[in-house]
Amino acid sequence: MENITGQLRMEQISKSFGPVQALQNVTFCAKPGTVHALCGENGAGKSTLMKILAGVHTPDSGNIYIDDQQKTFTNPKHALDSGISMLYQELDLAEDLTVYENIYLGKEIQSSIPFLINRDAEIKNTADLCNKYGFTINPNSTIRDLSVGDCQIVELLKALIHKAKIIIMDEPTSSLPEAEAQRLFKIVRQLCDRGMTIIYISHRMEEVMSLADEISVLRDGEIVTTVNAKDIDVDTVVKHMVGRELKDFYPARESNPGEILFEADNLATEEGIHDISFNVRRGEVVGMAGLVGSGRTEVARAIFGIEPLVKGSLKISGQSINIKHPRDAIEHRIALLTEDRKRTGLCTNLPCSWNMTLSNYNEIGMKYLLNFNKENQLCQKFGQKVSVKWLSSQSLANSLSGGNQQKLLLGRWLMADSEFIIFDEPTRGIDVGAKKEVYLLLNELVNQGKAILIISSELPELFGVTDRILVIRRGRMVGDFVTKQTTPEHVMHLAAVENANE
Amino acid sequence: MNKFTKRLLPFCSLIFIISLWTFLEPDTFFTRQNFENVLTRSATNGIMAAGMTYVIIAGGIDLSVGSMLAMCGMIGSVSMLAMSGASWEQISSGQNIPLSTTVMIGGTLVSILAGAFCGFVNGKLITKLRLAPFIVTLGTMSIFRGVSYLMNNGKPFAVSDYEWLDIGRIAMIPSSVVFLFLVLVAAGFMLKFTPFGRYTYAIGSNVETAFHAGVGVNKVQVAIYTLTGAFVGLAAMITTSRASTSQPTAGMGLELDIIAAVIIGGCSPSGGKGTMVGTIVGTFLISFLRNGLTISGLSADVQLIVIGAIIVLAVAADQVATKRQS
Repeated sequence: MENITGQLRMEQISKSFGPVQALQNVTFCAKPGTVHALCGENGAGKSTLMKILAGVHTPDSGNIYIDDQQKTFTNPKHALDSGISMLYQELDLAEDLTVYENIYLGKEIQSSIPFLINRDAEIKNTADLCNKYGFTINPNSTIRDLSVGDCQIVELLKALIHKAKIIIMDEPTSSLPEAEAQRLFKIVRQLCDRGMTIIYISHRMEEVMSLADEISVLRDGEIVTTVNAKDIDVDTVVKHMVGRELKDFYPARESNPGEILFEADNLATEEGIHDISFNVRRGEVVGMAGLVGSGRTEVARAIFGIEPLVKGSLKISGQSINIKHPRDAIEHRIALLTEDRKRTGLCTNLPCSWNMTLSNYNEIGMKYLLNFNKENQLCQKFGQKVSVKWLSSQSLANSLSGGNQQKLLLGRWLMADSEFIIFDEPTRGIDVGAKKEVYLLLNELVNQGKAILIISSELPELFGVTDRILVIRRGRMVGDFVTKQTTPEHVMHLAAVENANE
Repeated sequence: MNKFTKRLLPFCSLIFIISLWTFLEPDTFFTRQNFENVLTRSATNGIMAAGMTYVIIAGGIDLSVGSMLAMCGMIGSVSMLAMSGASWEQISSGQNIPLSTTVMIGGTLVSILAGAFCGFVNGKLITKLRLAPFIVTLGTMSIFRGVSYLMNNGKPFAVSDYEWLDIGRIAMIPSSVVFLFLVLVAAGFMLKFTPFGRYTYAIGSNVETAFHAGVGVNKVQVAIYTLTGAFVGLAAMITTSRASTSQPTAGMGLELDIIAAVIIGGCSPSGGKGTMVGTIVGTFLISFLRNGLTISGLSADVQLIVIGAIIVLAVAADQVATKRQS
């Protein structure tokens, strides 16, 4: 590898995935010896930009310069050879191998005897590197026995063995306990002092502010601003992140909530959520905001009987209910549209109709015996209700687009006559047109007097469709606002910034 | 390979095998006697394969069916003998003890219940301890076999009066074939026309989804293994009736034929796919193949090799077809 300083310039980068323009003419520079933070909402294009730099994606147009030399990366190895290393949010280590085996995986040091590995050299190099940076990791430890923070250091060691000059860290602290996060910050500073270029992606504003030298904000695939960290405060960054106009993209709806349908009181699970209390009225859409990993999804899982409650109670129309299994929740007319349709929503290799009726045989009078004619008629009827587009209800579920799969699932829950419907990231991975249709369906459900809880990472979406917004941070409720009386900035602030006063 | 040809492939292979040996050995293979022979031999395998179809569609596997067959046979026989008032000395020494009809029916039911219980234990171990079906049934395969040997110190129990399931006829048709037919129709009906069948497919297709959709995943799985066990219990008594004894070595390696029949019939080893009709075809295919190879004078050892190769081929064909589709 050439000797490079790590001066990075990405010019006029554009990238689209199908109809979605992920990045548009993005110009991004980072200097050696600095930490450059990249901020933006989910879907703003941060990860896409960094994956282009790491050679995972190739840009549609635009150039990358390292030390003023133009580079083209068509795979991660190219980027690695140019001194660029990306540490992903999900760690990518072989759990049963040792630290040094992981570090040298795929590039083992050959011993003088053919086909053998020079273990001693590998161990020694790893130990030397640890000494150099002051890491206290035993090269012979097995990954399984290490903490998450130590695993991150192993990933970092992998990058350093490659003599990486530019290190990209994607949400490195999202699963770290406080003490390990602090240690990581020290390491980041140290790498930076040794002249490396660190690009740091995080949703946690306080750590961005304390760590970064420069901050760039991405929104809707464009760079909004690049500034010195000294010259900006959290509020301004947040404003830049969410500063999108709420166009009439979100269909209008008259809000007239009725009686309270669902109540949660002091919910807590083994690990995850504590003291969660809220209610949802008929004809009301309540949003739940919070960072990924804040416990939003756990709330939904606890209500739906997937994770056991250790404390707290649930009520439907004032009646206490006991939920131990999703079956119980369905019988109490609660529905959950999970965020991962492929993993927890659909049996993708079974017909649409089977997927639709799977939860509802009791409800549609087929407890013991199926009636194919009636099943088809019902699927047609509810398919029309949610305007799902399929060749026939007998097509396999994986032949549908993401938006139509979502509608299919909504059809399932309408067939179950659900009253309280929880949507977990209902518009993730579906295109703009289908999004709007989902919102229209949502409005229709609310007008029919159903109660809706919608969990979303997209603040504009929450502000566009909800009546009230709940904010979750680290498993606790930190806010419950009438949507009209709060601002995206305030919600983002509560969700992302630790506040000692609370 | 599209979906249609894939469905027809096992059936065409069956026709091919029958035609091939009709051509090779017209005098011995293509006779009424031989066909009846193959059908009755298919009865035990087919009844067990009906249960295995559920297990495999639900994404599981049951390796213990062969040993379970031996153990259920031993339990069924010894309970018949005991119900007839024979002493342990008479039973263990293999003396000929006359059996009444009531006793024979009772023993058969005991065997079916014993099988259901074994399956229930398999199912509970898999769902409660969250162990892989492969591991659990590998373990119980060994346990059931061990118990079979222990019951009479490795010797069989003799039940020479118990022959109706072997030679009895209902409307001219061998009784074992009638039972095969009844089991397949019932199991096929349940798979296609009841929510239980749908749950089986859903669990095999995506167990997480099934759970999130409110399916009682654990209950359904336990029910599937229990059902399979009950079928094994019935098959065990047909085998016992045929041999007039229950052998602790019965069903050795039989799981191979059963799993092969189900997979060849189009069940995906990764679950979520398969039909009872496919299983019937797969069962006959294996039976005719074994019969043909035997008539041609090829040893059981060679048969093992051929059947093993066919399993691999069938799974490979399934994989290729799945890849083409996606």
